[in-house]
Amino acid sequence: MPIVTIDDREIEVPDGTTILNAARMIGPDVSPPAMCYYSKLKVSGGKCRTCLVEVSAGSTKDPRPMPKLVASCSTPIMDGMIVKNTTSERVLDARNGVVEYLLMNHPLDCPICDQAGECHLQDLSYEHGLEKTRFEFERRTFEPVDIGEHIKLHMNRCILCYRCVNTADQITDKRVHGVLGRGDHAEISTYIENVVDNDFSGNVIDVCPVGALTDKTFRFKSRVWFTRPMDAHRNCDKCSGRAAVWLFGDEVLRVTGRKDQWGEVEDTPEGNSGFICNTCRYDKKSLADWTVEGPRYIDRHSVISQNHYELEPAEQPKSLK
Amino acid sequence: MHSTKPSHSKAAVVFTPEMMAQVEHFTKQYPAGKQKSAIIPLLHIVQKKYGWVSVEAQDKVAELLQLQPIEVYEVATFYTMFHLHPVGQYVLEVCRTGPCMIVGAEDICKYLENKLGIKEGEITADGLFTWRTVECLGACGYAPMMQVGDNFHEYLTPEKMDKLIGDWRNK
Amino acid sequence: MPRKLLLEHDKVEGIRHIDTYMKHGGYRSVEKALKKMTPEEVVEEVKKSGLRGRGGAGFPTGMKWSFLAKPEGVPRYLVCNADESEPGTFKDRYLMEYLPHLLIEGMITSSYALGAKVSYIYIRGEYRWIYEILETAIEEARAKGFIGKNILGSGFDFELYMQPGGGAYICGEETALLESLEGKRGNPRMKPPFPAVKGLWGCPTVVNNVETIAAVVPIVNDGGDEYAKIGIGKSTGTKLISACGNIKTPGVFELEMGLPVEEFLNSDEYCGGVAHGKRLKAVVPGGSSVPIVPAGLFYKNIKGEDRLMTYESLADGGFASGTMMGSGGFIVYDEDQCIVRNTWNFTRFYNHESCGQCSPCREGTGWMLKVLDKIEHGKGATMEDIDLLWDIQRRIEGNTICPLGDAAAWPVAAAIRHFREEFEWHVKNPQLAQTKSYGLVGETKYETASA
Ligand SMILES: Cc1cc2nc3c(=O)[nH]c(=O)nc-3n(C[C@H](O)[C@H](O)[C@H](O)COP(=O)(O)O)c2cc1C
Ligand code: SF4
Ligand code: SF4
Ligand code: FES
Ligand code: FES
Repeated sequence: MPIVTIDDREIEVPDGTTILNAARMIGPDVSPPAMCYYSKLKVSGGKCRTCLVEVSAGSTKDPRPMPKLVASCSTPIMDGMIVKNTTSERVLDARNGVVEYLLMNHPLDCPICDQAGECHLQDLSYEHGLEKTRFEFERRTFEPVDIGEHIKLHMNRCILCYRCVNTADQITDKRVHGVLGRGDHAEISTYIENVVDNDFSGNVIDVCPVGALTDKTFRFKSRVWFTRPMDAHRNCDKCSGRAAVWLFGDEVLRVTGRKDQWGEVEDTPEGNSGFICNTCRYDKKSLADWTVEGPRYIDRHSVISQNHYELEPAEQPKSLK
Repeated sequence: MHSTKPSHSKAAVVFTPEMMAQVEHFTKQYPAGKQKSAIIPLLHIVQKKYGWVSVEAQDKVAELLQLQPIEVYEVATFYTMFHLHPVGQYVLEVCRTGPCMIVGAEDICKYLENKLGIKEGEITADGLFTWRTVECLGACGYAPMMQVGDNFHEYLTPEKMDKLIGDWRNK
Repeated sequence: MPRKLLLEHDKVEGIRHIDTYMKHGGYRSVEKALKKMTPEEVVEEVKKSGLRGRGGAGFPTGMKWSFLAKPEGVPRYLVCNADESEPGTFKDRYLMEYLPHLLIEGMITSSYALGAKVSYIYIRGEYRWIYEILETAIEEARAKGFIGKNILGSGFDFELYMQPGGGAYICGEETALLESLEGKRGNPRMKPPFPAVKGLWGCPTVVNNVETIAAVVPIVNDGGDEYAKIGIGKSTGTKLISACGNIKTPGVFELEMGLPVEEFLNSDEYCGGVAHGKRLKAVVPGGSSVPIVPAGLFYKNIKGEDRLMTYESLADGGFASGTMMGSGGFIVYDEDQCIVRNTWNFTRFYNHESCGQCSPCREGTGWMLKVLDKIEHGKGATMEDIDLLWDIQRRIEGNTICPLGDAAAWPVAAAIRHFREEFEWHVKNPQLAQTKSYGLVGETKYETASA
């Protein structure tokens, strides 16, 4: 099996593995951030450019460096390849740029955003010390809209990662939302009044890396760190029934898929898809519907566990770790 | 607000037998099952007939090609030749890109604005004209220029514009 | 007399029709290739010719053809890129409009070489009348037996179809073109896989520019070696240049590679010099995407040697003092022009044409446009804004999915590099910037202008 070196750490991986996945096998400290790639989807990635890395040697056979930074999520490794992620100044500079571009038109509404605390863009901007951009012009704005009974779209927050479109293409039968317009006018939309509805359509919420697609049945606005995620399951004839239920006291505020350390909905232990159905997500809002297994371990070094937020000291939640 | 707002047509969108013959001309030129390739050609066909492409027209294209409507919406809103809202009978599309700009494209736009009394994208009261700017049309050596329907009009001057507009008004 | 290989008969009356075209030697390459040569031999001639892609990147065509995967039982396609939308470029249009059969002949011969039984010409939607000219020509060729089953008894079956675009510069990028031809948004694909392995509908595909395909005709007729005799070094054959801007005689010219740029710009045979007796300020010689060069670096390179119309000579000096051949869209600026305004205009173009898939291009082009708008229109820009602009373009370049990001960054970088004083003038004189063109009030420097 080919051997690849990432930030001075070597690993042997199966043929055809991408740089990003090889890095993930080594561990989070060498893994580039990925805002658009989603390993559980057949097609995704390449778009956000946060995962750019430097290839300082292409392979043992052809050890020349690659002239441009490459998207690690879409570049397969070669035997003897040497990759630099955080050890490359070029990468850090380019990534800084990408984060700035992504934040440029992004609203500064984290304090009122449902996703705050589990938003990958928020994590990324903290990691890169960019709490605001040098962009001083009026931001692009859209009105929030309902796309279907259960899903709210805040297009202002969307980073056009295409994950929700790929998800609808790949795990539902009829896609009714998509990307309309082009360039910086591009937007996620159904165009006409249309209902995103399908047994699995709710998963677009789980794949969204930011707070652009949110669950309207999330019972009341609660900062995510006031809620306790629990692993829970139920017997379901549509999906695996394995979910995370987010509790406030004994109340089920919302139900999501179980996300792994990369923020992706994890497969079941049997290797089946962990995407949950809409019944589990929207309709099972009583603790009696679920068998609770125990607290969900949140591994991401996100604000959920880091208290990046300016809160009154009294409000500071206990670490959820 | 940037939202891509849909516009609906009042009349039903119908593909005449001649249009259907053109549809078939296109669907035949791709391998089996690849009829999606005909979206752009069909949008041209329907725009030629109705002057613009309503939601209903896009739905009709989806139906003819057995596609989900969103697949057509995504395409129609990407390409700039398709008018997604009603326009005048003549759409004057003036090239605004560098090579045209440096030889007077902006003056042509100002002239049109005055002459027609409408801003970019509007329709004249008589329903005859809309004007808008577009990017390079491949006539940079014959600038300034505009496209109207299937035709290019090049080496534009105010006199030439007067003549063209006069002719269209008298048609 | 300079040799003409493509436009030799462009002014012949009736040349659009097949009979006249054949009277002037048309379709000989089809006869020769199909009757006397194997497909591999045709590819070999193209390799020998040294022909490089005329769409902009200048990649050797023979090499590209030899990369085409040939798995059993899978169709292969040749797709002609007639999307021509790079500002300053209108050469393909001229060729198709006046010599439609030259393109069709090239398509048949090239498709034979590649083993493509079905090929497409993807033409920008705005070239509607050319679409019709080509359709008529295809029908004529079919009637003469050059298209259809068992062409000239060679056993080669071939169909040629036309596909209109819908208005999108990005669809000139070859993978965006393929997406568009599949009926999708023109979002460029990630490479690898390259079209030669997975192209149209997942099948091996070659995408070539109109002029590239047309050049295959003289190469097959006269042999690759003969073609390679014209030109200098790796720039062989003839090249179509569309010239525009502030020159006396804009138009499309065929020239032999290696012609001095000074002769091209100033001789009456070509551009006829800068119009209205004005001085030359700058040139963008290869379409809007290539770096602008000031007059002082244009005629001669930094070493003082004459600059020539070749890929290498135009690029001499790298981005510091050179530029690129690009698509052959030759745009000339006289002393009255404002480089900041032109840069703002081009940036608006790239922002408008970005597909919006990847963040540096989608957001970065919009940001550059806003900063340039502030500078150009005297809306309170500061000197830091010029540095910011530099920083934005720097972090777009090389970090995007397709080269449109680079194409948006380069013109901005080159303008700041060579004309920084114009940007500074705008910052210092916001009032004047609002109403006047720098070219008319500013102080253009002409260090070594030789005209
Ligand atoms: C943004 C962009 C626009 C392009 N537009 C065109 C075009 O209009 N026509 C063209 O032939 N090539 C264009 N190209 C180059 C094509 O991607 C491709 O390289 C070319 O068609 C290959 O043909 P050739 O090898 O014959 O030049 C463009 C490339 C980019 C990145
Ligand atoms: S809505 Fe969310 S998932 Fe969909 S494209 Fe936008 S950011 Fe990505
Ligand atoms: S560089 Fe621009 S045009 Fe190219 S893929 Fe990215 S967003 Fe699209
Ligand atoms: S994760 Fe690789 S480009 Fe977005
Ligand atoms: S710039 Fe106007 S046609 Fe090219």
